[in-house]
Formats: sequence, C-alpha cells, structure tokens
Amino acid sequence: MSTGEQALHGSAGVPLALRGPAPLKVVAGFGFWLFLLSDIIVFAALFAAYAVLSDSTAGGLSGAALFEKPRVLLETLCLLASSATCGFGTLAMFRTDARAMYFWMGITFLLGVCFLSIEGREFASMVAAGAGPSHSAFLSAFFTLVGTHGLHVSMGLIWLIVMLLQVTTLGFDPMVTRRLYCFGLFWHALDIVWIGVFTIVYLGAR
Amino acid sequence: MQVEAQGHPPGVDPHEQHGASTYLIGLGCALVLTVASFWASSTSLVYAPGVPVLLAALAIAQMGVHVAFFFHISSAPDQANNFLALAFGVFVTGLIVFGSIMIMAHLNHNMMPMDELMKMQR
Repeated sequence: MSTGEQALHGSAGVPLALRGPAPLKVVAGFGFWLFLLSDIIVFAALFAAYAVLSDSTAGGLSGAALFEKPRVLLETLCLLASSATCGFGTLAMFRTDARAMYFWMGITFLLGVCFLSIEGREFASMVAAGAGPSHSAFLSAFFTLVGTHGLHVSMGLIWLIVMLLQVTTLGFDPMVTRRLYCFGLFWHALDIVWIGVFTIVYLGAR
Repeated sequence: MQVEAQGHPPGVDPHEQHGASTYLIGLGCALVLTVASFWASSTSLVYAPGVPVLLAALAIAQMGVHVAFFFHISSAPDQANNFLALAFGVFVTGLIVFGSIMIMAHLNHNMMPMDELMKMQR
C-alpha cells in the first residue's frame, strides 16, 4: 500500500501533523470521556472517606446488620440490565431506527426508576430505624457515597427524558445523536461506580 | 465502519457498529461476575480472610468487562488518547483511595486511645 493509499484508508501511516482536525464526534466523545474519568475521581474520594469511616459506628448498628443483600442484588441486576438496554438503544440510534431506540431507552428509563425506588425504600427504612445520616460517621459516609450515586442516576433519568424529547422534536440531528451517545457513556459509567458500591459497601460490610 | 482519521471516541465499536453482540457478551460476563460476587460474600467454602481479596478481584474483573464491552475501550493505536486518559484516571483513583486509607490507618495507629485522652484532660 502506498503512502497516499494509507492516508486515504487509515490513520496508521499518516503523521499526526498531517491528519487535520478530528471530527466533532471524536472530540465530543473524548471530552466526555475525560469528564467521566474526573467524575469517577470524585467517587474515589467518597469511597476513600467511606473506607476510612466504615468502622466508626458510634455504638449504632454496623453495615452487616443494616444491609439486605437480596435487595442489593435486585438493584445490581436493574442497573446492569439497564446498561445493556442503553447499549441496544445507542445502536438503534446509530442506525436511525426511532422505534427501536424509543423501545430500548424506555426500558432503560424504567429499570433506572426501579433502581431508584428500591434505593429510596432502603434509605427510608434505615432513617425510620434510627440509622439516618446524622447518627454516626459511618452512616454519614454511607449516605453521601450511595446518595451521590443515586443523585447521578436521577440526573441521568432527567437527561434521558430531555434527550427523548429532543429526538421527538428535532429527529436524529447530528447534535442530538451526539448528546444521546454521551448519555449512553454516562449511564455505563454509573454502572461501573455501582460495582464499587456493591462490592465495598454492601458485600464488604462487617 | 471506516477508521476515523483521528482515532475514535469511546463507546463505539469500530468493527461492528450495528451489532449487539459485544453488549450481549458483556452482559453475560457481568452477570456471571455479579452472581459470583454475591455468592463469594456469603459462602463458607472460601477461607474467610481471603473473601475480601476474592471480592476485589471479581469487582476489578467486572469493571474490566464494562470498560471493554460497554465502553469499547482497547489498547488499539487509534484509541491511544482514550486509553492513556483511562490509565491516568485509574492512577489518580488508586492514589486517592489507597493513599487515604494508608494515611488514616497510620494516624489511627499513632493516636492515643480516646478514653486515655479524656483522662488526661481532667
């Protein structure tokens, strides 16, 4: 293959200086990837705080006595399934199949709502049992970490509604597809954070 | 899909943009690892002090599955930007988490027990 052919067919043989500006989709995707990594660093700080404070129960109940594993497994399955359906929705968006996109993103939304309602019920029952965030450093760290994740999921659901409305009104405009594709990345990142939450907080509870 | 002139963004599989197979493989692996984690946390088959290590290994494996099959991040040459950013993110995350735990454990170790401190103040 000559150099000219390589320049046409791939980036491998072309010096960086001769490649020209990257397409907007690549720039937006990479920028959003950097945002997600910095968001994960925020969660790293909250995980560190939780790990340090998880034994400071101030005489109250410890995590092992408070958490119910079947409920956590159900939450995990909701979020995992919604990550996959979100992927299917993104694929449907790329082939501009509106009906499949609405179908998969609708399921993603419902699974996200399921997750939030299970988590909300868990928080409510803990507060009702006197294990609210003001009781001990352990519970403050727990509600901050898990609550921040829940807040991200809520924001993601609002974002998803906005994006579905934009698809309805603007169609598969390049700007709309780019945003919906960034939403998909955001949703997968929340799932990665949740792996840390259920492993460290719920399964690692003593 | 043609290889982009400037690499390609995360979340897009360059070889198979219209297929769902990577998501299905990822979902299957993640399900197996999730169930294994919940099993490991409540089993008596594994030597008890080794359970946290097993859980950590399963969690890291599952995060790897998500990065590879949902984000489609790989170490391919046209993904160098994404991969280096990921490496930096993992590095900073490790510094924050393990650094905090180590520093706070040393502080706890060097601190006088709280009840003796109270006695001294009387």
